[in-house]
Amino acid sequence: MSMDRRQFLKIAGISSILGFGASVANATHPIWVKGLDPSQVEPNKETLTAKRWAMVVDMSKFKTDEDFKKTIDACHLTHNVPDFRNPDGSADTRHEIKWIWKAAYENAFPGQPNRFMDEHLKEMPFLVLCNHCDNPPCVRVCPTKATFKLPNGITMQDMHRCIGCRFCMAACPYGARSFNWVDPRNAIKPEAENKEYPTRTKGVVEKCTFCTERLQFGKMPACVEAAPKGGLVFGDVEDPNSEVRKIVSTRLTVRRKSELGTGPAVYYLIGGSDHA
Amino acid sequence: MLEKAFEGSKKYWAWIFFLGALALIGIYYYLQQFMYGLGITGLGRDVSWGLYIGQFTFLVGVAASAVMLVIPYYLHDYKTFSKIVILGEFLAISAVTMCILFIMADMGQPMRVMNVVLHPTPNSVMFWDFIVLSGYLALNLLIGWVTLGSDRKGVPPPKWIKPFIIVSVPWAFSIHTVTAFLYAGLPGRHFWLSAIMAARFLASAFAGGPALLIILSMIVRKISKFDPGKEAIQAVGKIVAYAMFANVFFLGLEFFTAFYSSIPGHTDSFKYLYVGLDGHHELVPIMWTSSVFAVISLVMLIIPAARKNEGSLVLACIMLFISLWIDKGFGLIIGGLVPNPLEQVRTYWPTMPETWITIGVWSIGFLILSMLYKIAISVREQTAGVEIEH
Repeated sequence: MSMDRRQFLKIAGISSILGFGASVANATHPIWVKGLDPSQVEPNKETLTAKRWAMVVDMSKFKTDEDFKKTIDACHLTHNVPDFRNPDGSADTRHEIKWIWKAAYENAFPGQPNRFMDEHLKEMPFLVLCNHCDNPPCVRVCPTKATFKLPNGITMQDMHRCIGCRFCMAACPYGARSFNWVDPRNAIKPEAENKEYPTRTKGVVEKCTFCTERLQFGKMPACVEAAPKGGLVFGDVEDPNSEVRKIVSTRLTVRRKSELGTGPAVYYLIGGSDHA
Repeated sequence: MLEKAFEGSKKYWAWIFFLGALALIGIYYYLQQFMYGLGITGLGRDVSWGLYIGQFTFLVGVAASAVMLVIPYYLHDYKTFSKIVILGEFLAISAVTMCILFIMADMGQPMRVMNVVLHPTPNSVMFWDFIVLSGYLALNLLIGWVTLGSDRKGVPPPKWIKPFIIVSVPWAFSIHTVTAFLYAGLPGRHFWLSAIMAARFLASAFAGGPALLIILSMIVRKISKFDPGKEAIQAVGKIVAYAMFANVFFLGLEFFTAFYSSIPGHTDSFKYLYVGLDGHHELVPIMWTSSVFAVISLVMLIIPAARKNEGSLVLACIMLFISLWIDKGFGLIIGGLVPNPLEQVRTYWPTMPETWITIGVWSIGFLILSMLYKIAISVREQTAGVEIEH
């Protein structure tokens, strides 16, 4: 469409009198649609996409406390997860916020240990996080759709819509959700704050997002990057050629409380492997 | 009619100001909670619901119990309840108001409550709870007001109110059923994941609510000329007896399923509540208090001589009310959240501000109840002796 300045001003003037300003600014749109036309934007070519994101956790790759700490810190620092401490320095288990953390085998997989099992096996640490279930109870119960499924399988949270009813916390069988009992900003060290990621307000529920915000820019989840090589494998489980798919189809893996029908997307590899 | 709530004796005003003062203390602590966050309570990552949600659950039952008077009176034309039924309807209004306040007190972002309406989500039980509770409040306000208004004028209530009364019956069942569904549909919470939850809720509601009504009727009779009727109170006593029997029976069924199957997930919460788990016995004494009170009150209600004696009837009702308050207003919620999904025992006890906020909400509820009862009593004192055909 070509028009000179005079013509443009004429149409714009009449249109704005009629209240149709948007239709002039973007002439190809019907008047009730505002914003950019799809032809005006291009998808970010770096964005990592998948039909169904999933993760394999290979605990055999985590050998030292440092391995765990690096992985957990990478997540918690990236996402400005506050660190609530008791006066004596121990973790404040009532107010703490956890996206990914260490749980003993007997806690991560209740009912699994036998009574002869050595104490150190029962206490063997496992990394646990949101399972981004196929059929998530948290999404089912949320009264405002503040937690919802993305088409790529990720269970997301809208911090601005959450009313803080904590129904999702009661519904999650994995204890993956944390509530901001007090203002979390006071428990984030100013020098450690990641300005790239928003902090939260008090009174909302949060959890792991499989680093949706990093995938958009072509980066793997922070924990996957920081974990020992092959410790956390992340990919599209629907893609037959992906590494996660190869592991879950050919190796013995278990998922937490899969008998509940939630369809967890975090798989724990039994016995370790040389996959990476 | 509203003006009748604002004219009363010195004693009436003293009572109103007493409740008002308690409510103000509650509001003061609520403002603290509003500024600081729910961290002011004893709640935490593992026991994420507590006293507030417990009170909410318990009071939904009290509200629903009005139906135990509405059914005999309006559907079976049981005239004995002609005077007491308004007390039940007004109790429901006050109870639903308290439910709404407790939900507000429990919310992390109370300013966003309208998101429930802006983004209606029919797959969430909480969305339905919101609908049935507001509907029930509206129904009881309408029915109570219209019937009492006609009563004052000495005319029968208008015919158009009858459909509302009939709708209020299934509606009362719905509020407590939906509230039970908040809990009974959650995978991984074995203590709540029980098909009998809604039935248990209704049984305990139809015992606890009418028991409170008996206590309130006795008080009303003592402080005013309005008498709900000895026969009516006795009839409510029988309702309480049957409902309490059903409630204790249902609880027994839960015990059987949990302990005969011996599935750890199903027994753990019961163990935590009644004998202690992993060295934690905090709730054992109050849970046993609840059980002992339940049994004693049930026996007193079943023995005809004890039920017919008004002194022992009131005593039984008080014990029953305390028993159910502990069981449903506290144990049921905490028990469902302990142990946590990782089978760790993390305990909970309400803090001082949390307790004051709870007392504050109850005070507001009783303030509303007192004013509504004052209106009902004033109207009834004037129309005393006039036979009204409903």
